[in-house]
Amino acid sequence: MHCLRLALGLGFCLLLGITLCSLWMYVENWLLVSYIPYYLPCPEIFNMKLQYEEEPSQPVAQSQYPQPKLLEQKPTELLTLTPWLAPIVSEGTFNAELLHHIYQPLNLTIGLTAFAVGNRYTRFVQHFLESAERFFMQGYRVHYYIFTHDPQAIPQVPLGPGRRLSVIPVPGPSQWEEASMRRMEAISVHIAKRAHREVDYLFCLDVDMAFRNPWGPETLGDLVAAIHPDYFTVPRHQFPYERRPVSTAFVADGEGDFYYGRAVFGGRVARVYEFTRGCHMGILADKANGIMAACQEESHLNRRFLSHKPSKVLSPEYLWDDRKPQPPSLKLIRFSTLNKDTARLRS
Amino acid sequence: MAEPSPAPTRSNEPASTKATYFWGNRTKSCLCLILLFAVLLGFYSNVFSLIPRRQTEKSQSSPEAHHVQGQRESLTLSEGDGHLDSCRIPEVPRLLYPKAQLLKPSRVDVLVMTPWFAPVVWEGTFDSALLDVQFRNTTIGLTVFAIKKYVVFLRLFLETAEKYFMVGHKVIYYVFTDRPADVPQIALQDGRQVVVLHVGNYRRWQDISMHRMEMISNFSRQRFLREVDYLVCLYVDMKFSDHVGVEILAPLFGTLHPGFYAADRQSFTYERRPLSRAYIPRDEGDFYYAGGFFGGSVPEVYRLTTACHQAMTADQAQGIEAVWHDESHLNRYLLSHKPSKVLSPEYLWDEQMLQRPPLLRKLRYVAVPMNHTEIRSR
Repeated sequence: MHCLRLALGLGFCLLLGITLCSLWMYVENWLLVSYIPYYLPCPEIFNMKLQYEEEPSQPVAQSQYPQPKLLEQKPTELLTLTPWLAPIVSEGTFNAELLHHIYQPLNLTIGLTAFAVGNRYTRFVQHFLESAERFFMQGYRVHYYIFTHDPQAIPQVPLGPGRRLSVIPVPGPSQWEEASMRRMEAISVHIAKRAHREVDYLFCLDVDMAFRNPWGPETLGDLVAAIHPDYFTVPRHQFPYERRPVSTAFVADGEGDFYYGRAVFGGRVARVYEFTRGCHMGILADKANGIMAACQEESHLNRRFLSHKPSKVLSPEYLWDDRKPQPPSLKLIRFSTLNKDTARLRS
Repeated sequence: MAEPSPAPTRSNEPASTKATYFWGNRTKSCLCLILLFAVLLGFYSNVFSLIPRRQTEKSQSSPEAHHVQGQRESLTLSEGDGHLDSCRIPEVPRLLYPKAQLLKPSRVDVLVMTPWFAPVVWEGTFDSALLDVQFRNTTIGLTVFAIKKYVVFLRLFLETAEKYFMVGHKVIYYVFTDRPADVPQIALQDGRQVVVLHVGNYRRWQDISMHRMEMISNFSRQRFLREVDYLVCLYVDMKFSDHVGVEILAPLFGTLHPGFYAADRQSFTYERRPLSRAYIPRDEGDFYYAGGFFGGSVPEVYRLTTACHQAMTADQAQGIEAVWHDESHLNRYLLSHKPSKVLSPEYLWDEQMLQRPPLLRKLRYVAVPMNHTEIRSR
């Protein structure tokens, strides 16, 4: 009789369990909860067939341009090709009209992320957007993503046709370093949630800068990095890499191609996702070990670009510091720091 | 006094047995409950994992496991700089190599990059070790046509290819021939194989040359797409004399014809009759590409060869044949579909016909001296 009771109890529990289980499944499906796990594996969407290639096979409409001269002794002062055959983009290395003919028919949308986290940075958004409206990817569809803790502080800047702005709220920072370390995470999560559907290429720029000259499709590539203006004449052992072996951003003495700046990077949205995710993993691992890299996020960015070489490199024309005198090798500065004093005056 | 003493013991006994019985029962119940709980836990955890979810895939494996899948099957494949899995740039392990100097161009005597950012590959512009690592899991297919008497060139071609062509990578030689029995047996390195494809022949050598496009196009779809990542299409009456490696690999590449690298576009021997599909006006043209060395990723080569074959068929219907046959059509295609890499004349040279200039530091793929008329007449 005791056994019978036990058996009955068991049977009842089983029945109850099955009921709860099926009820849960129904509710779960109905609630449409989408849970993005923290360690996001490369979503299925990035394995889908991409509809175009970086080097498009669509025919180029004929345009008149001079024949490339193979044996011309041009006084090109800058290196134009990296040792892994990635172009280094500077004025004179490309024909803007030809590139426009190649890229215009593809109907691309180019995304641009900028972080205005902290009251010091929201002041720069107006000038950044105004200069972008004038110089960034003219003639293409552009989607600005401004990440900020204070959406009210983002000014209404008039945008041209085919250009949109989205404000992405993020939590406010406790310190500046903390804010810059979370940028990689914010970008990769944003791509997974939204940007992969909305843009084809994505550039991640610093907001306390401004465009000075046209920035066009010559910058488009699979994975694009920009050379830091302070270190392009400096030998690699003087680069401010992270030199402590315990960090994931460690770069040994005999290694290094260029020192890339954190203020400009980008590429195809899938590659940028992979890149920012990798950087973020490295930052997390360092955090777990209680270590912060020498130049914070920039150290991790450089470490990642050393092992995952960019397919296109932008010369310091695309990332310049206005406080430095412009050398003759850089013909056209396109994107540079905003002089902070004038910014204070302006606000 | 003895009487009461047994009484308590007597009453104690049932109490104790009752107590032991009671505890035993309770312990048993608890144990049963724990067992039941464990069984249910095991049951439901399995049930949850077996029931298919609403989402298409809940990956249990680590994030890294997803990344190393080649997506060969799709024809509209994205191609950046040689990486076929659509999500990841291959990691380059720690290598020691000299640093590139931004203010010191690698070559000042020649153009190293076209205005559409295609590198022009010369000696000194690239680092082989770096590129080998970037392309380490790549399989390269090499197509060569040895029709009629041209089979005599195969031995030297394949032997020198074994020495210089894509050493250290997986290579499949596709030998198109109408005489499979005459294909020589060559000792091959690991990871390399020869596939002999039996095809028909044509009476005129021009027809043989032009039908290359058709055959490559057909076999690309049937076979190459599944077997290799890149295709390199070469002439057989040549030999390798220096390193030809993964620096040439790109979604689409052409080679500068050795006779025209210094010439003006007006003097390029493009097809100049507007009736032909290969027509290029005198004020257009970037380079004159050679018909004997082109290639790219399989989807791109498929597109190129299909387009050229269709253009040649259309021309035939019009009763016109382009002045340099398939080479003219190749040039027409590469004018409107700009190659992503251009190979310098180091990659195709003829020592008998041309003086070697100092700007050619290496000669990698050169013509074999032969009597054309004799060979072609047979």
